[in-house]
Amino acid sequence: MSTRHSGAREEILGRIRRAVEGAPEVEIPRGYRTTTDVADLVELFAERVRDYRAVVHVLPAAAVPAKVAELVAGRRMIVPAGLPAAWAAPAPDVDPRSADGVLTTCAVAIAETGTIVLDTGPGQGTREQTLIPDYHLCVVGAGQVVGGVPEAVARLDPARSLTWISGPSATSDIELNRVEGVHGPRTLEVIIST
Amino acid sequence: MSATFLGMPGDFPKNAARAVQDSQLRYNLRKATHTIRGKRAAVVDELPDWRELRAAGKAIKDETLRHLDRYLVQLEEAVTRAGGHVHWARDAAEANRVVAGLVKATGETEVVKVKSMATQEIGLNEALAAEGITAYETDLAELIVQLGDDFPSHILVPAIHRNRAEIREIFLDRMGDAPPGLTDEPAALAEAARLHLRERFLRSKVAVSGANFMIAETGTLVVLESEGNGRMCLTLPETLISVVGIEKLLPTWRDLEVFLQLLPRSSTGERMNPYTSTWTGSAEGQDFHLVLLDNGRTDVLADEVGRQALRCIRCSACLNVCPVYERAGGHAYGSVYPGPIGAILTPQLRGMSSELDASLPYASSLCGACYDVCPVAIDIPEVLVDLRAKAPHGAAERAGMRVAGWILDDQTRLAKAQRAAGRLRRLVPRRLPGPLSAWTDTRDLPEIPEESFRDWWEREG
Ligand code: SF4
Repeated sequence: MSTRHSGAREEILGRIRRAVEGAPEVEIPRGYRTTTDVADLVELFAERVRDYRAVVHVLPAAAVPAKVAELVAGRRMIVPAGLPAAWAAPAPDVDPRSADGVLTTCAVAIAETGTIVLDTGPGQGTREQTLIPDYHLCVVGAGQVVGGVPEAVARLDPARSLTWISGPSATSDIELNRVEGVHGPRTLEVIIST
Repeated sequence: MSATFLGMPGDFPKNAARAVQDSQLRYNLRKATHTIRGKRAAVVDELPDWRELRAAGKAIKDETLRHLDRYLVQLEEAVTRAGGHVHWARDAAEANRVVAGLVKATGETEVVKVKSMATQEIGLNEALAAEGITAYETDLAELIVQLGDDFPSHILVPAIHRNRAEIREIFLDRMGDAPPGLTDEPAALAEAARLHLRERFLRSKVAVSGANFMIAETGTLVVLESEGNGRMCLTLPETLISVVGIEKLLPTWRDLEVFLQLLPRSSTGERMNPYTSTWTGSAEGQDFHLVLLDNGRTDVLADEVGRQALRCIRCSACLNVCPVYERAGGHAYGSVYPGPIGAILTPQLRGMSSELDASLPYASSLCGACYDVCPVAIDIPEVLVDLRAKAPHGAAERAGMRVAGWILDDQTRLAKAQRAAGRLRRLVPRRLPGPLSAWTDTRDLPEIPEESFRDWWEREG
């Protein structure tokens, strides 16, 4: 079913044209920062992620496999295809409903806002896989961390489905008390590999 | 099911007077608005280029509105190319018919919903119920409102008028599967909602959402949220129907770099909200339908002064700084859009034929705090003054007088209003507009005070 060429479409477009007829053209001033001047991106990113009450580890790349092994021990984890073999054995087919957690990398990370962005690319699983399990362990490479939002938007592909994650799921709907974890993963743990 | 605001009785002054009697409501509102206000100020101050972001946000929205026809057609092409279906709805009834038809075509009788002002505005839940389709709200606050058969009272925290004990009662009475030993700890209440909704998310085949932004160039839709219920609704169901006002458009992907900074900081006072989802057309094989909603927006667009209200990104910052909102509460505005933005948007969307809608432009002391915090620089006082001039005389004037009386009925409020007059005089020299002129005509306008109303409010309010 489509109303693409219905009367509604033509009528709405006609109303708009009449409404804006003769209105002035608009220049867009883009005087805001499109790059950021941050001395230590990893340090700022770690600090900002911690502000959301997520657990953050900053480690040299060589120490990442041991840390991952320690953190996933005893947990039934989804390990999507495309992650470095040294981190964990692939386990992409674990049912998200029975999984305890999911291990991923990310597409890009933003220092100023403490955000990680997933684009369902290699090592990032599907949107469902990173949503249903209660624990999300994300390994971010230092080279993936950019300063601000404009740098991240420029790196991302709008054709892919993106999930921007800033801390664990939270609500402040009850008397404005912040409660971590309603529907998304209640625990977010981030390893920054330097 | 929660009722819609359409046809809500009364007018602003009567509703506001009722709210002022409710001390629980006033306490909750005060706590909420002051908390968010403080958080917002901190994260806005942190950005050295907030002023430039705000200027860009305003101009991008104005440019979009200037060529809205072109951008909508571009969006339609991009969504269609990416496997989605685009529908157009002139008004609420048409949008509801389209959505009901789409749900029926799937054979389902239940849908999950993610908080959306547009679907509240058109009364979608009630329209679906009339067609035998049950819509389940999944945002915690919306769930509280829906189970309590109640109205939302704040854009961002719709159940802010309920305290934890009331929420516990509502859950025990109405949720069906609430654990009998449920306490009123926020964490316990959130856990009850998590369990209550989880199965529903996993089995639902159809979801209905709104969107914060649509990108004309790419056909991408963007939803910002906190809890993860949005991700559940957007990701799991086989069919996704998004109902979005035609003004929610941004021309380019790049424009998100501005709005993903402006919105979270203005709204929840966070550097970034916990989750933002973007998708383009039919993502991961989903059947995607976009319903583009007019419902009065093109009338607003035709008004040279009032059209700036269409820049609104529904952050709710203007509610949190408004002295009238804080005392009156969200319900007094008789619309899904409360506070200063509601006072200019509702009368424009619905017209001013009812007494309530005609009284809304008076629901303000014109202090200008809303303009200062607005991330897209909507000059709400300017639009209010303009609407007052356009309001039908008789009823509006009487309502206006009562609002003026309500704002000014004791020494404290009078003093505040006098300080507010400083700004007012810049807008309308010498004489207060409309009904307030009856008040100013018999009194000299006070000198512009050293300390503005805003400063006073910041300190004492
Ligand atoms: S009018 Fe401005 S401050 Fe108020 S909700 Fe809209 S964007 Fe936010």
